[in-house]
Amino acid sequence: MGVMDDILQPRFSGEPPVIVQGLTNRFGDFAVHEGLSLEVREGEILGVVGGSGTGKSVLMRSIIGLQIPNEGDISVFGRKITGIDPDQDLGVRCRWGVMFQGGALFSTLTVGENVEVPLKKFYPEIEPELRREIARYKVLLSGLPEDAIAKFPSELSGGMKKRAGLARALALDPELLFLDEPTAGLDPIGAAAFDRLTKELKETLGLTVFLITHDLDTLYEICDRVAVLADKQVVAVGTIPELIATGHPWIEDYFNGPRGRAALSTHERGENGSGG
Amino acid sequence: MDGAAQFTLDADEAGGSRLSLEGSLLVSTVGPLDHDLSQISDQLSAIDLSGVEEIDTIGAWVACRLAARHDAEIVGASDRAKRLLDAVQDAGNEAEIRPPRVPVWERVPEAMGELVFDMRAGIIGVVGFLGRVLIGFGQLIANPGRFPMKAMVRQMELVGVSALPIIGLMSFLIGIVIAQQGAVQLSQFGAETLTVNLVGRITLRELGVLMTAIMVAGRSGSAFAAQIGTMKLTEEVDAMRTIGISPIEVLVIPRILAATFMMVLLGFYASIVAIVGGAVVGQFALGIPFFTFLERIQEVVPTYDLWVGLIKAPVFGLIVGLAGCYHGMRVQGNSEQVGLRTTMAVVSAIFAVIVLDAFFAVFFTEIGWG
Repeated sequence: MGVMDDILQPRFSGEPPVIVQGLTNRFGDFAVHEGLSLEVREGEILGVVGGSGTGKSVLMRSIIGLQIPNEGDISVFGRKITGIDPDQDLGVRCRWGVMFQGGALFSTLTVGENVEVPLKKFYPEIEPELRREIARYKVLLSGLPEDAIAKFPSELSGGMKKRAGLARALALDPELLFLDEPTAGLDPIGAAAFDRLTKELKETLGLTVFLITHDLDTLYEICDRVAVLADKQVVAVGTIPELIATGHPWIEDYFNGPRGRAALSTHERGENGSGG
Repeated sequence: MDGAAQFTLDADEAGGSRLSLEGSLLVSTVGPLDHDLSQISDQLSAIDLSGVEEIDTIGAWVACRLAARHDAEIVGASDRAKRLLDAVQDAGNEAEIRPPRVPVWERVPEAMGELVFDMRAGIIGVVGFLGRVLIGFGQLIANPGRFPMKAMVRQMELVGVSALPIIGLMSFLIGIVIAQQGAVQLSQFGAETLTVNLVGRITLRELGVLMTAIMVAGRSGSAFAAQIGTMKLTEEVDAMRTIGISPIEVLVIPRILAATFMMVLLGFYASIVAIVGGAVVGQFALGIPFFTFLERIQEVVPTYDLWVGLIKAPVFGLIVGLAGCYHGMRVQGNSEQVGLRTTMAVVSAIFAVIVLDAFFAVFFTEIGWG
């Protein structure tokens, strides 16, 4: 009955859904993380940034239990993730949704069937007809057109694959959503639409979002807080003004570079536009 | 907290029924509830959500669907429930999840027809592919500096050297079986000594090369198809083309050449090991000393038997390599294709090798190498 008890807990218990403490990941002699600590608060969109190779994806894989860390403790919804086999039933898998960078759709199933997979796995008692309906509206909810439901992943563009991946991640109405570079490789219009979608979903469904990104616009537009990965640690967490105030050289370069300034001015224009 | 979702039905003053939902309307609890709800025969006029403690989009969907079916009104929804109901309301649709399935009496003839057409396209495809390989080979001869020597040596190692233990073991056992079974039958005529002829001729002419070809098709033909197929899926092959590197030159020719060369060596090696296997049986079961057995082989096996095997070997190698690379290059779409094409590469290679072996047998007998 462990799984049921978890599900029936009230949605907002106040405790951070993800707590990472003293995480160390090594590949051979090379340490990606050393004593990294991070908390994701309930109901926030946490953006995770860092240069290439600073282990953003490794951090996400550690939290969702795909990467077994060398040291450290990770707990999700108060349950310890570390030291458990990746294929073992954790009892929390039905409470999170993960969207991988390329969508990671099952290539032999249609988009609709992809969304059905987690429903079938966790709730086989749901009748096929209802399951199909759920799959359909999840696909539409993630912004795909109706005719995409019966298509196979190989027939979709990169952006559509991401949306289909999101639909599958949302299949179980998760409380916690992991997004790995959701806007990478999308055109600016598509990227902005995806940002809006993420924010809308967060507000309607009350999601907590862990979002890895390189996209400065995404950070300014939708992230409540941003965590910066550098020097094998989380060097700073906070709102963007708070981060800039730390004076860390990488953060300075990141937000005050030409792209950072451009994103900021776009953001300010957007704020003024909506205000006036 | 009472977790399970429940409902109660009351008649309201207008003569309709009022359905009150209670408890948690979540993906985890809604399954059994949905079943019961679909059994309701009364006409509902209102659906009351005020008793609902928790709701997610799936619960909202169930309520929304029920309301639409009975043309009922949803009342008493909390703020969260209202937001969710709004979100799912626009999303209802009838689209099929899978492309519609054609009935079986149309599907089977269609599949048959496609198979025939595919076969024709396949034959044209293979011949065309062989042509491209030959053209690529011609270009490499014209520009010897471009020859992918390293890749070929690497493939020769994989196809040939790494296969030595398994092919050796297989051939040794085949030699033993032929010698032992042959001796049992021949002893009925008092002709046990002819076991030597049997082992020597059958392994050099037929079995050594044939079994090796089957083994190489299983080991290396499949690997070629899977490797090249995966590279097609990950767009490595396309990347090569855009840089101006011909995948035929870099991927296909080294593999085909390696398979062709190594089949000659492996076929010969397999025949020798099989003869040794036969000689071991001779020593222990037939009373023919080991070295006498080998000397007798020299006397009773004509040299052209060796040539028969050695002429067939490169042809078989070519077929195995060609089938593997051709099917690998034909992969497109998804990972299922890789598996399908790998299977096809092995099956078609073994089939072609056995058919061709029959033709060779007739041919060599006709030219007097019987």
